[in-house]
Amino acid sequence: MRYLPLTDTDRADMLAKIGANSIDDLFVDVPAVAQLDGPIRELPMHASEMAVERHMKARANKNLAAGDAPFFLGAGAYRHHVPASVDTVIQRGEFLTAYTPYQPEIAQGTLQMLFEFQSQVARLYGCVVANASMYDGSTACWEAVAMAGRVTRRHRAVLSGALHPHYSQVVKTMAQFTGDTIADAMPAIQTEPDNAGLISRIDEDTACVVVQYPDILGRIPDLTELADAAHAKGALLVVVNTEPVALGAIKSPGEMGADIVVGEGQSIGVGLQFGGPYLGLFAVRDPKHVRQMPGRLCGETTDAEGKRGFVLTLSAREQHIRREKATSNICTNSGLCALAFNVHMTLLGEKGLRELAAENHRLACIAADRLEKIPGVSLLNSAFFNEFTLQLGGKPARDVVRSLADRGVLGGVSLDRLYPGVAGLEDALLVAVTETATEEDIETLASELEGVLS
Amino acid sequence: MNAPNKSGWKPEMQVSEDGLHNGPSTTTGNRALMLEEPLIFEIGHAETTGVDLPEIDPGAPNRLGGFDRMDPIGLVGLTEPETVRHYTRLSRQNYGIDLGFFPLGSCTMKHNPRLNEKVARLPGFADIHPLQPVQTVQGALEVMNELAHWLLTLTGMHSVAMSLKAGAHGELCGILCIRAALEARGDAREVVLVPESAHGTNPATAAFANYRVENIPATPAGRVDLEALKARLGPDVAAVMITNPNTCGLFEPDLREISDAVHAAGGFVYCDGANFNAIVGRVRPGDLGVDAMHINLHKTFSTPHGGGGPGSGPVVLSEALAPFMPLPYTARTADGVVHLVEEEQADDFAREHFGGELSSFGRMTAFHGQMGMFTRALTYMLSHGADGLKQVAEDAVLNANYVLRSLEDILHAPFADSGPCMHEALFGDKDFGGGLSTLDLAKALIDEGYHPMTVYFPLVVHGAMLVEPTETESKASIDQFITAFRSVAERALAGDESMKQAPYYAPRRRLDETQAARKPKLAWQDPELSA
Amino acid sequence: MPRYFTDEHEWIDVEGETATVGITDYAQEQLGDIVFVELPDVGATVDKGGEAAVVESVKAASDVYAPITGEVTETNSSLEDEPALVNTSPEEEGWFFRLTISDTGELEGLMDDKGYKTFVDSL
Repeated sequence: MRYLPLTDTDRADMLAKIGANSIDDLFVDVPAVAQLDGPIRELPMHASEMAVERHMKARANKNLAAGDAPFFLGAGAYRHHVPASVDTVIQRGEFLTAYTPYQPEIAQGTLQMLFEFQSQVARLYGCVVANASMYDGSTACWEAVAMAGRVTRRHRAVLSGALHPHYSQVVKTMAQFTGDTIADAMPAIQTEPDNAGLISRIDEDTACVVVQYPDILGRIPDLTELADAAHAKGALLVVVNTEPVALGAIKSPGEMGADIVVGEGQSIGVGLQFGGPYLGLFAVRDPKHVRQMPGRLCGETTDAEGKRGFVLTLSAREQHIRREKATSNICTNSGLCALAFNVHMTLLGEKGLRELAAENHRLACIAADRLEKIPGVSLLNSAFFNEFTLQLGGKPARDVVRSLADRGVLGGVSLDRLYPGVAGLEDALLVAVTETATEEDIETLASELEGVLS
Repeated sequence: MNAPNKSGWKPEMQVSEDGLHNGPSTTTGNRALMLEEPLIFEIGHAETTGVDLPEIDPGAPNRLGGFDRMDPIGLVGLTEPETVRHYTRLSRQNYGIDLGFFPLGSCTMKHNPRLNEKVARLPGFADIHPLQPVQTVQGALEVMNELAHWLLTLTGMHSVAMSLKAGAHGELCGILCIRAALEARGDAREVVLVPESAHGTNPATAAFANYRVENIPATPAGRVDLEALKARLGPDVAAVMITNPNTCGLFEPDLREISDAVHAAGGFVYCDGANFNAIVGRVRPGDLGVDAMHINLHKTFSTPHGGGGPGSGPVVLSEALAPFMPLPYTARTADGVVHLVEEEQADDFAREHFGGELSSFGRMTAFHGQMGMFTRALTYMLSHGADGLKQVAEDAVLNANYVLRSLEDILHAPFADSGPCMHEALFGDKDFGGGLSTLDLAKALIDEGYHPMTVYFPLVVHGAMLVEPTETESKASIDQFITAFRSVAERALAGDESMKQAPYYAPRRRLDETQAARKPKLAWQDPELSA
Repeated sequence: MPRYFTDEHEWIDVEGETATVGITDYAQEQLGDIVFVELPDVGATVDKGGEAAVVESVKAASDVYAPITGEVTETNSSLEDEPALVNTSPEEEGWFFRLTISDTGELEGLMDDKGYKTFVDSL
């Protein structure tokens, strides 16, 4: 077995040193009822690298890769070009095969990277402090709701109807067990986000208002108005962002008054990967809230010789110290994805991120204009960044997406996939356009969509 | 003169108070291959970029609704050569398994096979969107199903929830399944029993699920006290959370009896699967009466730890808990087609697969789980096969016992008389001289070129040192480690004062954690702005 | 002004109806460098034996229990910026909070200076 260095001679020598006759002697504590008499029969025996690669490749080949088709899916996961050097860096064994930096003297690489990552996220979000990452955007969203409860000592969260439905479901699932009350809603299919409706649901018991920016329909809500309304009732504004590239073009949630900003960082450096691993981002605007944050935090300090160095800090919030009183049970986070984000964001820089955002918006505008011209298709949004909602004149969008796939086009996400069976949403199609789409791809989508609809 | 880098190094630091850093100081602060590296914010610029994108056309259509970001974001960029060098230099300040022996107990730092990395990067896996029409992702769903089949077969369990993002997330899922199952039968219970030696996530998880946590005592032999546990069981106990093998590195021989007693009292058994590596392919937890167990794919099945994640924590469930598992999940129907069961199909599928309604307690994450980890873990399993996995457990246990028996004469091994250990060997700091602590020994090991073992865990042993060699170390590697460990242990017992200042040869000396926590600096501030 | 001690290593000074609470020198020494103190809200009622504050060192977090029942009237705001006061002056400048005493009867059973010293020596 190519991964196991012990030889039979080694094993015999070691058993002799231990004073055991056979390996079975080391498993004496396992009751007989649970002892297997040999390798599990229902599973195959070991296989060569070549054979395993062949097996896995056969499965990979059954999937239609995004790069092999005109591709327009978004809804919380976006396809962006990831520079080749990102993967080179994250495959360095010193990063890939390191553990959580509990021994800081020999983990400065990971720690300095996390400090840079936290600084990048804080700036992107217009906040003062970001943590060292969460599992993904949806779990970060729940953690924000839980944190708002700790800060305000209230237990009611008001969710925007235009929050990603998976995120709402995660929040509602967790709240069943903590006893928090969650007021959610269905998205209102209208040109402008329903800020007034959201504000009317905030009351004196509300811990936080959760709003997505840009929202699940691609619209851009005015956060300032929501922040003022939330703060007037003593509630926090939690802003969720699922497309960080957008923040290279639109105002940061922090500068518009958000108290906690969370989101999905997958767009920068991580790739699609069928939904995971992704990268949860979590930041706060008020330094007073730092000790209520979940997850790991990396901080700057000095070593015994006075040199600058970095450590994990404020750990007394965490499960390994606080146990049942921890702010969260999170342990492992998304370290390597944070590195990918950090490297990609460093390659982009301020200039690159702004240009990337502009290119996304330029192509999305072209696509919106072109698709809107198709008979029976209307564009819902007045404002959007790189994703918008089309209405298909009563045609079920889920069937349209499947027909487009049969024609080799990955044409978007139907709202019916996200909100199955909800009346009034069946003909809505979310279309995301990033820099990876060419104008030719847009034209292919338009002509195939026209074909499917006619 | 000023040092030409901004990494925090100053020429006057090159003092050799202890006589150990002889040699002239350098202008740069570097010491040959030990290279100092500033932060990107100190070397990058807002106008520098490492990607080539079209210049922004100020006259282009703008449909941002008037929300344009006008102020600088505050990001800096580097070109590609500068970026690659920056991170390569940083990487060299890290210890990883690729570099050397990494005996971090309960973390299972085994070799990460590179085929796994290659497979995960195939565009058919890496470049597919979670919401693509299922007809375009059949291969991905097959991988999930195939991995599920391996996990169920290896554990002897009924069903598996795949979407969980890491061990603690899986743990939460398991406890929530238990809560949902109890509530479904109208049985409100309040207490979860957790052994004193448990990992911190156990009590944190139970508390999150609104349970009161009570500790179960351990016997002097390092096992759960069966009689005390039985005496505590009653109609208020929802679950017992047990780690097996436990965090003292010992198998819990009474687990079957514990499970029977818990079930008889109407509760459930949660098993923390963090230490599954010791028994994979040799023992099926399902045979021991376990109701739920998470599996850290990043431990037992070698997906890389990546400096703290991402992990993946599928949860295997007994038949009693299966109907409550979170959505989505995958299932293969009789026609061979693999389905992704999301909210809308859940009821239909439940009738087919569970013989009744699915009572899923909800959804714990967006999308379907850590696909990038599934491909790696399945590749690992296929490579090893049933025979290789059994050998993994046996070699891991053999290596740990070898370490235990090679050091028990010099170091306090509190459970050495309890029989063989499983995959990790536990020592304590008894008889250390000169006020030296486990931490000092750990830092001295760093100077010897090793990543230290887990320290101060489990809490039940004073100055605990938990050594998990894993199966991917050669005998020569372990022998060398034993020699090094023995030498630092001898120094600790002799009270060697110099250990208090260790490490001497790492990229940094001991870091001031008190300062970091008292005055937290958690993001970079432009020194000119903050001055 | 009488000073009392608890077996959880809190001290309590009583002056009329007001009591001042902190942790003892022995406690701070056991905890090591204090990095943060979480204090109760002014106006909150704390119950004898209930959790009233949390002290954090780098590697540990410990609850501080209310030695007696009462309403919190003041907290030591200096600890926000300088938690190290708990290490340097635990029984004076490093006090935690003041409260109005609900029931002076609860003071019975607490230790005096001498009793606490004997208690600590026995540990």
